[in-house]
Amino acid sequence: MSETETETDSDVVVDISGLTKSFGSLNVLLGIDMLVNRGEVVCIIGPSGSGKSTLLRCVNLLETPNAGSVIVNGVELTHPDADIDAARRRIGMVFQSFNLFGHLRVLENLTVAQRKVLKRGRQEATEIALANLERVGLSDKAHALPSELSGGQQQRCAIARALSMDPEVMLFDEPTSALDPELVGDVLGVMRQLADEGMTMLVVTHEMQFAREVADKVLFMDGGYVVEEGPAEQVIADPQHERTKTFLSRVLNPAHQEG
Amino acid sequence: MAMSKRRRAQMFRYLQYGILLLALVLLIVFANWGQIKRSFFNLDTAAAMFPDVIVVALLNTVIYTVLGFAFGLVLGLILALMKLSSVGPYRWLATIYIEFFRGVPALLVFIAFGFGVPLAFQVRFDIYSTVMLALGLVGAAYMAETIRAGIQAVPKGQVEAARSLGMSQGRAMITIVIPQAFRIILPPLTNELILLTKDSSLIYILGLIGTEYELTKYGRETLSRSPSLTPILIVGLCYLIITLPLGYLSRYLERRTGGRKVPSPEASGLEVSA
Repeated sequence: MSETETETDSDVVVDISGLTKSFGSLNVLLGIDMLVNRGEVVCIIGPSGSGKSTLLRCVNLLETPNAGSVIVNGVELTHPDADIDAARRRIGMVFQSFNLFGHLRVLENLTVAQRKVLKRGRQEATEIALANLERVGLSDKAHALPSELSGGQQQRCAIARALSMDPEVMLFDEPTSALDPELVGDVLGVMRQLADEGMTMLVVTHEMQFAREVADKVLFMDGGYVVEEGPAEQVIADPQHERTKTFLSRVLNPAHQEG
Repeated sequence: MAMSKRRRAQMFRYLQYGILLLALVLLIVFANWGQIKRSFFNLDTAAAMFPDVIVVALLNTVIYTVLGFAFGLVLGLILALMKLSSVGPYRWLATIYIEFFRGVPALLVFIAFGFGVPLAFQVRFDIYSTVMLALGLVGAAYMAETIRAGIQAVPKGQVEAARSLGMSQGRAMITIVIPQAFRIILPPLTNELILLTKDSSLIYILGLIGTEYELTKYGRETLSRSPSLTPILIVGLCYLIITLPLGYLSRYLERRTGGRKVPSPEASGLEVSA
C-alpha cells in the first residue's frame, strides 16, 4: 500500500540512468538514460543485437544490470533491498514468444497470478479476467487451451494476462515478431487501443508504421547506446544521425509492407 | 552367378524364415513336452492358488509398489530440485545419492535397510513402512533424474512469464514449472512404475509372514509345497496383469503428449497457416 502512494505524485513511471549490462565479456548496454512519463508510448527501434530487448528486460529486472539505476513507479529496483517481486506486479510484460502457461486454460492463465500473487478471490479474479479478454476480443476463448489458439490470439491473451494485474506500465518485447504477417494487425490493433486508453507503454518493435503512428517518443539504439531519440515523426521521417538513416532506409525501403 | 539386388534380398528373407523354422523344429523335437506340461501346467496346483494369489499376493504387490512409488516420487522431486539448486552442497549430495542408489543392487539396499536401520537407530517399522521406505529409496534415485530432465524441458520463457507477473522463484516452480514437467515425464514415470513393480519382488529378503506375501514370495512358498513349477507360471502371469496395462498406458501417454507440447511461436505459427 505504501508503494502506491509514491506513484501518484510523480509523472515519471520509468527512470533509467547510467544503465550498463554485459554478458560475460560481451557489453550489451553501455550507459543508457531513459525517462518514460505516465501515459506515454515509447518505441525502441534498432538493428538486432543493439541491446533493445536487454534494455527492456532490465526494466523489470529479468536481467540484472551491472551498474546504473532503474526506478519504476517510484521504487528503485536496483537497490539491494528492493522487493522485486512486489514491483513486478505492477509492470506488465509481453514476450515475443507469448509464454502462455501451456497447462492452463486461457481464463486460468489470466487468473493464476491474480489469485496467487495479488490474493484476489476467485470471483473477483474471474470477473477481471473476463473483462480483459473482452478488451482483446477473446471472450469466446476463455476455456480454450493456449495450444488451440492461433499465434495472434495467444499474444492477445498474453496481453490480457498482463492487463489483469492492473499494471502501471506495459513492456512489449517484439510482440509481433513471431507472428505470421496476416496476424500482426490484430495484435497491433489491441496495442493501439491500449495506447489510446492512456496506458504507459514501452515497446521494442520492428513495426515502423506502428511506431510512427502510435509512439509519442522513439529511441533508436545501436551498439549498446541510444543513438537518437525524439518525437516519432522526427526520428523516423527525418533522422539526424547517419546510423539511424542507414537503419531506417534498410527497414523501410525494401518494399517492406505492414498489415 | 551375379544375382540381382532384389533376388538377393528375397533369398536373405527365405534364409531368415528358415532359421526360425529350424529353431522351432529343434525345440519341438528335443523338449520333453510331457514333463513341461506336468511341471508348468498342473491345473490342480493352479486351482489351489486361488483366490490367495489374487487377494493376498497380487494385492500386496500392488500396495507395496504404490507405497514405494509414492515415497520415491516425493523424494525424487526433492532430489531433482536439489540437483538444480544454486547451493553447491545440495547439488553434490543429490548427485552422490543418485549415483549410489542407481549403482547398487536393490537387493543390497533392502538388506541394509531391513536389518541395518533397526540396529543403527533403534527403531522398528511395520512391514508397510519398511517396504515403502526401502523401495522408495531405490526408486527415488531413478525418478530424480527423470524429474530433473522434465523440469529442464519446460521452456525458460515460462519462468520468465511467471516471474514478470510477480511470482517468486518458488511460487513459479510450484504453480507453473512442476505441473508442466510432470506432463512431459508422464511416459517415463510410468515405465519406472513398471520397474518398481518388478523390484518389489526383492523385498522377500525382509522376511515376510503369510498375509504380507507379495507375488514372488507367494510363488516360492507355494512352489515348496507343490510338485510342479505351475506357481511360477501363475505368478508370472499375475505380474503381466499389472505391467501390461501400465505399458499400454505409457505408450498411450507418449503418443498423446508427443502431439501436444508447450506452445512455441514456431509451432503455433505453422498451425495457423495450415
